[in-house]
Amino acid sequence: MIRFEHVFKRYPERGEALTNISFEMKVGEMAFLTGHSGAGKSTLLRLIGLLERPTRGQILVNGRNLATLPRRQIPYHRRQVGMIFQDHRLLPDRSIFDNVALPLVVTGLGQKEVGRRVRAALDQVGLLKRERATPVALSGGEQQRVGIARAIVGRPPVLLADEPTGNLDPDLSREIFELFERFQYVGVTLLIATHDLALVNSMQHRTFTLDDGRLLNDTGRW
Amino acid sequence: MAKQRSRRRRGPRLLDLPGIWLGQHLQSAMATLRRLLETPLPTGMTVAVIGISLALPAALYVLADNLRTMAGGWDQTAAISLFLQYETNDGDANRVAADLRGWPEIAQVQMITREKALDEFRALGGFEEALEQLKNNPLPVVLAIYPRTEHSPPAQLETLQTKLLELPEVDFARMDTLWLQRFQAILDLIQTGVLLLGGLLGMGVLLIVGNTIRLEILNRRIEIEIMELVGATAAFIRRPFLYAGAWYGLLGGLTAWLLVTLAILLLQGPVSRLASLYRSEFPLSGLGLSAMGIILMGSVLLGLVGSWIAVNRHLRGAEPG
Repeated sequence: MIRFEHVFKRYPERGEALTNISFEMKVGEMAFLTGHSGAGKSTLLRLIGLLERPTRGQILVNGRNLATLPRRQIPYHRRQVGMIFQDHRLLPDRSIFDNVALPLVVTGLGQKEVGRRVRAALDQVGLLKRERATPVALSGGEQQRVGIARAIVGRPPVLLADEPTGNLDPDLSREIFELFERFQYVGVTLLIATHDLALVNSMQHRTFTLDDGRLLNDTGRW
Repeated sequence: MAKQRSRRRRGPRLLDLPGIWLGQHLQSAMATLRRLLETPLPTGMTVAVIGISLALPAALYVLADNLRTMAGGWDQTAAISLFLQYETNDGDANRVAADLRGWPEIAQVQMITREKALDEFRALGGFEEALEQLKNNPLPVVLAIYPRTEHSPPAQLETLQTKLLELPEVDFARMDTLWLQRFQAILDLIQTGVLLLGGLLGMGVLLIVGNTIRLEILNRRIEIEIMELVGATAAFIRRPFLYAGAWYGLLGGLTAWLLVTLAILLLQGPVSRLASLYRSEFPLSGLGLSAMGIILMGSVLLGLVGSWIAVNRHLRGAEPG
């Protein structure tokens, strides 16, 4: 589902962020991406979502070679990749419903179908009753769950999360991770960047460790 | 194969696409209008600036139009007024008139007898008392000469005037159309002014809309970023801004029309009073339907082009670093 082949990413101002990264994830696989801050976790995720392009190497997502994907096709690629951020990236002046509906609205889906799918997504994260609220009225954990609902509402085959529990206490973090496990059961491929090692170790999933832009350790076999 | 699968996942079936496209446009247009009306003050200010900018050339156009209507009434004026010698009586004058009617340059000759001239003079007002003092009619017989159209231009008219002056009964000949032609030239000048001013202020509208949309884009930077993140196409993100430009244009055009119409209503009273002093009536004509159509279409187009420029400069679509 996701394949990296000798991927390098160099920033002119910071130097090399990723060095010779190669790995492959199968459909329905869930993996953690760990490492110290600045190790390149976010960069790696950004490459998958085509927020950035690699300096060298090839990335294949769902059979698409991102290196040869024309700019016009980028929006369609992003609809296949749900992204969850530490700071949620919600629109503060829109309701929870509107925030979650955004990925569907941009595809031109009919209102009825949008309503149905948004409620299904909110139900999955346990926020069905808060659809009329605005993000500021929600707690940090709830806001993160809205971000997750927005990422899954378009039913993307790939889900990326960048420090999704960075600001949450352990109980809430575990809740969020268990939510991710449920998506894995329905065949979604998940890659979660986190430095919550205690939580990572308590769950049995493949784990990549990045150190200064190099893939140091990969517990999975492929 | 993988590509085909992903294409199917994009969602709607091909046959539904025109309906979806139309629906998206309608939804975007109405949502944009609602958004503009939610902030009435800034929207109103932009619309007012556009309206005033467009009202200026429109008002000048109306002025030229009205002057033209006024001048239209004077086209019937004789080209040359022929004042006969004071001694010439009506009978002799009739003979001269009949003679002149035979000239190839002349289309029509109208005789104004001394009595008729005196009556007209009295009717003009203000001179009754002065006329009472006179023992006899001081006015000569006047022949109003209407040349054929091919002899109307100034040069030909002057030749005709010289020829007429050679007649023994003629005292002097006054050309009436010269000042009309000057007036026509002034009208042409005003019309060029309308075009120039319209072009200049149209550019102004373009810049106003462009700048307003640019600020709007900057204000909504975060929203745009998130939309790009979840897979909005460049066209989808641009659409509301283009509609905003078109709405600004339409509302500005309507404001311009309203301003001009209001100005005409206010001016009608004074103009009527002035006209009545000249024993005349002058109903002002406003912006006709076609002129209004041109203004509205032009303003929508200006708004659209203005926003298009801003959108093209500031919304380039998702661009990975």
